[in-house]
Amino acid sequence: MRWTWRNTLWGVGIFLVGWVLLAAMVNRPILPYPWQVLPVFVEKFFVPASTGNPAVPDFRLPVPLGELGQHFLVSAVRVLTAIAVAVLFAAPIGLGLGQIQSLNQLFSPLIGLLHPIPKIVFLPVIMVLFGSGDGAKILLIALVLFFQILIVVRDEAAGLRPELIYSVRSLGAGRRALFRFVYIPASVPAILTALRISVGTAIAVLFIAETYATRSGLGYYIVVRTWQALRYPEMYAGIMAMALLGLALYFVIDTLERRFSRWRGAE
Amino acid sequence: MIQVTDLVFRYPTGVTIFDGFNWHVGHGESWAIIGPSGCGKSTLLYLIAGLRFPVSGTVRVGGQVLTRPRPETGLILQDYGLLPWATIRHNVELGLRIRRFYGPDGKHAPRDYDPRNAEARTQHWLERLSIADQADKYPGQVSGGQRQRAAIARTLVLEPDLLLMDEPFSSLDALTREDLQNLVMRLQQETGIATVIVTHNIDEAVFMGRNILVLTMPPNSAPTVVANPEAGTLHYRNSALFLSRTNQIRRMLGLV
Repeated sequence: MRWTWRNTLWGVGIFLVGWVLLAAMVNRPILPYPWQVLPVFVEKFFVPASTGNPAVPDFRLPVPLGELGQHFLVSAVRVLTAIAVAVLFAAPIGLGLGQIQSLNQLFSPLIGLLHPIPKIVFLPVIMVLFGSGDGAKILLIALVLFFQILIVVRDEAAGLRPELIYSVRSLGAGRRALFRFVYIPASVPAILTALRISVGTAIAVLFIAETYATRSGLGYYIVVRTWQALRYPEMYAGIMAMALLGLALYFVIDTLERRFSRWRGAE
Repeated sequence: MIQVTDLVFRYPTGVTIFDGFNWHVGHGESWAIIGPSGCGKSTLLYLIAGLRFPVSGTVRVGGQVLTRPRPETGLILQDYGLLPWATIRHNVELGLRIRRFYGPDGKHAPRDYDPRNAEARTQHWLERLSIADQADKYPGQVSGGQRQRAAIARTLVLEPDLLLMDEPFSSLDALTREDLQNLVMRLQQETGIATVIVTHNIDEAVFMGRNILVLTMPPNSAPTVVANPEAGTLHYRNSALFLSRTNQIRRMLGLV
């Protein structure tokens, strides 16, 4: 379906009505009404706390945002870094495998084996090997994205017909021009498709990774700071922030993908 | 223009396609290469294009032994030669953009290449090939004939002195094919460019080659050449001579 403001408003409207009805039915603190959550979200996201909670040493970034806003930023930076790392490694490997058939035959059984494994099961291993810092979390998310990008870019590159490469070479293109005029434009839409498919899973994995041995990120905010402290409106504010992170990334990727795939609709 | 000397070429599978093959094409000549599937006609074209290399012997184009595609040689393939994600205009500009990307280094672009007026030259050839009104569409949105017109424009905008074509019109319907054959022969006469077309279509070979190179099942050693000086003239297709020439080729290919 085409994205329009009207569709978006309609969707948000149904969502809010459903939320109110559900809250009325459940009628317990675990499911507050939207008007209880929204002000908390705005306050916790945007208003910097004057003093931190002395019981818990505060996590603080040098930005004028509330506690939730700070955790949001941390999570966003982790996801974006993981995307960059995954693209940087997966795209060239995918291109290579797609163009060099012998390499592909050698490695595709391994890729077929590793791709379906839910990468979250490596959480303990990665934490032991890479510690509990940002690196381990970024690595885990990048791993989720890596195989998806690798496979889509590989298939796209394999679809580049030798005739196309020959003709562009006959126009004078050497290796550098082939990258500039063929391989990169061919893989950008593939990368975006892969990201659109897998960014949701990536954020889910981030959420779980952020609930262990860390003091920052939306996962930590939702599970440790609010859920375990029975601060339900704050917990929902956290859930909203995570949902918004996923939505924002999805919309950006989807928009870019449409922009770069306009020619496909033409076939 | 093209000088093939003692050419030996075999596929990695071991099949020898050319064995001591010699062939010469002069400036401004128009040649057709015909032969059965697997006779090596496309391979010969790719050797001249600098996309494949001989096992021994030499392929000289413009006096130079090829080590890579030569910037002054144009190549048009059956299909799939256009970038599907670029508009017709961007496809026609592609060669000019590649030349600008490298600069006039003599390797990827001619040493005397002048990057000015790229837009005007692109527009000129879009109009000359009657595809200016399709310029902002993607290849997937236009007909096969228009795609091949774009491929021709993309090549001619680079002002080549040699145009190589591998089955350029095979996937087109009969009317469009004749139309484009006429167009290429007109352009050939206007620009004085040398052309070599590989085809499995006897009528096409006789209409487009003032010389016809007939290849047989490999290995090919000595070229069989049929002189056909009337090729490309206005009413040649309807003449008795045309019919007898096509029958002559048919006999040589063992079809009669």
